[in-house]
Amino acid sequence: MSVRGSAIPRWVDIGVIPLINLVLAFLVSGLVVLMVGESPLDAIYWLMVGAFGDGQLYPYGESIGFTLYYATGLIFTGLAVAMAFHCGLFNIGGEGQAYIGGLGVGLVCLYLDFLPFILIVPVAIMAAALFGAAWSFIPGYLQAKRGSHVVITTIMFNFIAASLMVYLMVNVLIQPGQQSPESRRFAENATLPLISDILSGLGFEVSRSPLNLSFFWAILCCVLVYYFIWQTRWGYAMRTVGQNQRAAIYAGISPARNMILAMVLSGALAGFLGINQIMGEHQRLLLNFQQGYGFTGIAVSLMGRSHPFGIALAALLFGALYQGGFALDNELTNVNRELVVVISGLVILFAGALEHMFRPRIEGWFRRRAEARLVAAE
Amino acid sequence: MSLSGAPVQAGGTSTQNHRVDVPPAIELLGVNKHFGPVHANKDVSLTVRKGTIHGIIGENGAGKSTLMSILYGFYQADSGEIRVDGEPWPIRSPDDAIAAGIGMVHQHFMLVEPFTVLENVMLGCEGGWRLGEGQSAARAELERLEREYALEVSPDAVVGDIPVGLQQRVEILKALYRGAGILILDEPTGVLTPQEADHLFRILGALRDQGKTVLLITHKLREIMAVTDYVTVMRQGQVVANVATKDTSREHLAELMVGRKVLLRVDKTPSSPRQVMLEARDLRVRDRLGVERVKGVSFTVRAGEIVGIAGVSGNGQSELLAVLAGMVPRTGGEISVAGKTLPQTGRRDARDMRELGLAHVPEDRLRDGLVTSFEASESVILGYHDDPRYNGPILLDRRAVVAACADHMDDYDVRPPNPRLQSANFSGGNQQKLIVAREMERDPALLLVGQPTRGVDIGAIEFIHRRLIAMRDNGKAILLVSVELDEIMSLSDRILVMFDGTIVGEVAAADATEQQLGLMMAGIRPDEAAKTASAGGRG
Repeated sequence: MSVRGSAIPRWVDIGVIPLINLVLAFLVSGLVVLMVGESPLDAIYWLMVGAFGDGQLYPYGESIGFTLYYATGLIFTGLAVAMAFHCGLFNIGGEGQAYIGGLGVGLVCLYLDFLPFILIVPVAIMAAALFGAAWSFIPGYLQAKRGSHVVITTIMFNFIAASLMVYLMVNVLIQPGQQSPESRRFAENATLPLISDILSGLGFEVSRSPLNLSFFWAILCCVLVYYFIWQTRWGYAMRTVGQNQRAAIYAGISPARNMILAMVLSGALAGFLGINQIMGEHQRLLLNFQQGYGFTGIAVSLMGRSHPFGIALAALLFGALYQGGFALDNELTNVNRELVVVISGLVILFAGALEHMFRPRIEGWFRRRAEARLVAAE
Repeated sequence: MSLSGAPVQAGGTSTQNHRVDVPPAIELLGVNKHFGPVHANKDVSLTVRKGTIHGIIGENGAGKSTLMSILYGFYQADSGEIRVDGEPWPIRSPDDAIAAGIGMVHQHFMLVEPFTVLENVMLGCEGGWRLGEGQSAARAELERLEREYALEVSPDAVVGDIPVGLQQRVEILKALYRGAGILILDEPTGVLTPQEADHLFRILGALRDQGKTVLLITHKLREIMAVTDYVTVMRQGQVVANVATKDTSREHLAELMVGRKVLLRVDKTPSSPRQVMLEARDLRVRDRLGVERVKGVSFTVRAGEIVGIAGVSGNGQSELLAVLAGMVPRTGGEISVAGKTLPQTGRRDARDMRELGLAHVPEDRLRDGLVTSFEASESVILGYHDDPRYNGPILLDRRAVVAACADHMDDYDVRPPNPRLQSANFSGGNQQKLIVAREMERDPALLLVGQPTRGVDIGAIEFIHRRLIAMRDNGKAILLVSVELDEIMSLSDRILVMFDGTIVGEVAAADATEQQLGLMMAGIRPDEAAKTASAGGRG
């Protein structure tokens, strides 16, 4: 009697293994910091203060807000990657889909700003989803019906999105009479309030940060994605296609239809980045607001094991690294921005690429336990 | 025994050759092997006499393959001793085994298909820098071996072009060419027609008569009785019996294998067929490459009968089953289910067929029948995930799904009975029982069954067969596809034989003989097959 497949519990899969990889990444990062002549302990101190400072530690009082703001964006793009991944597709076009999603948000905020706030928010959310979904529908359709690999087509679509946005911003949407390719500022009712403003209004004194109401939408998306993937028949069909296409055909589940659906939902989730960036932070349409989120989302999803809870944690980690990196850069003379990128890279390397370094051993341990239980059962 | 003679008679005809002072070809003494907490071989001791055909029989997971892997050097035993020709002979790798004169014919052939027979046989022992020198020597040796054992393989044939039965003989030639005196064959007849299997047994008989020793691993009792001199029965990693074949019977061996009395014949009453549930008219299917796999097949299946489709695998049965189940589109012909002709146009998939009352136990359970990474309870709703029983307004009703799975596990004795265990973690037989439970518990009017007992142990086979007969008696229509002739003959009421995408003919199961079906499986029409079978049918 042998136990095949993976016998490890889910909490080990999305909790313990990423944690081990993360610790290892920080150990190696510590060595790098030592090599440039700084103390790794100092580095960790400033990284934590820079990322989670609570307002007492000048000058990083606003940092927790920034960390959560970055995490919000990464949750959207991380969920997008995970959604497609559960259907067996590797959508690396989050960057382009988020860009076009943001365009949708911008158009709504520019041209439908006669609507009251309470209406314009859902309309903007729908526009983000629709525009993002439209941008991923084409690669999804080509993959499902024509067999063009999504990895190729989505990355192509990133370039098309970038070119399209440059054209629109420079030629169509630019505010007349100014040099930089940006639209006019949105009307007050077409922007999302900052959480710092809301808290100040309620009498809590917090430093200003771009963290806005999108944060709650991101958390809600995590919950919705979890229920969709694991607790509905549509998610079931999608996972079946992702795990075993022949079994899907046997069950009467159309792989083509589910692939297209997964890509459309994935694009919609990526599109939500535009809510956070355009409607929340910049409050105007501009170029390159999506920069990097789409790609970091891949690492976030990998590290979060394509599970919304894991993705939320991984997004928080990457948000903290990004924000904490500023403090590291400012406070330690030998550490600069590039070294912070090295540390992020190490985290991605250990959590993503070297993910299987410890997995076989941990799996082996659980498999032996499962086998012992099987033997005992017989 | 003559080389071209009749099929090998049961029992050893050459045991008189043995003298007491000839050391045994192979002795295993107290071999133990653990995989983690699993004790795969427990104190296995085994003596294989020189110049005999020795069968090793046991259910899946009984430890026979592990034992042979130890003998051939793929695994190392934890403890125990291996003796070859009376001398202790440690075997640490296949090289040691080959040096000891042990050759192995694997279940899945290890051949290079674009190479000729000669090139395949020489592979690994080319001899010298220039291929030509070795080749002419090899050719002479090959021709000698072929003459001696009546293998009937041309050295210049390309391996990819010759039938499976001949490919297997190339494997045997490879072992003999390397000077093997002891030949291990692992489930050698799985891919052969009965005639090809008989030919193989004649070859094994000839090898024995030349003084070679053959170890035959199988789970088919028929083969053990037909060809071996001695038989070792294994169960749960232990040797439970070592007997001379002539002193035992199929029933006795089956009981030893399973550990309890087993009904080998399926008890059934004559069928009482009623209305036509499934009709195919001139059905045609092309595969992705455009090759026509089903070439105009017509037949009916009535309520209350089991129609068996026999044939060597790869003659269109899989594609026929797939098209009836709605998994692939047809390229021509008509299908009617319960009197309704399915429209020619429009997409029809497996879901539509299920709505018409069809259930399907697929041939290849790991690839089609379940999702190995899913929990058992999730695999149990595969194909029925849209069923209102398993769904609330939006969310899946997890509790109902797990409860249904637990019920199936209870009714079909699936072990371990844990709905939350990953599907991959069940043994083959238990996976199959899960699938059979899922499809049968829908109480379908029409059931398609492909290879229902492939890789399933005897206890589970008995169980699945009884369930199929019970469904038939309940007035369901069943179409059975199997490459196991025994299974087709014991379950079916009517037998259709497929060859090269067409139905060669139909025989009533009551009148069918193995010889006749075997000839039909090779493409010979039933009237001729009946004549040939009755003329030559002695074995």
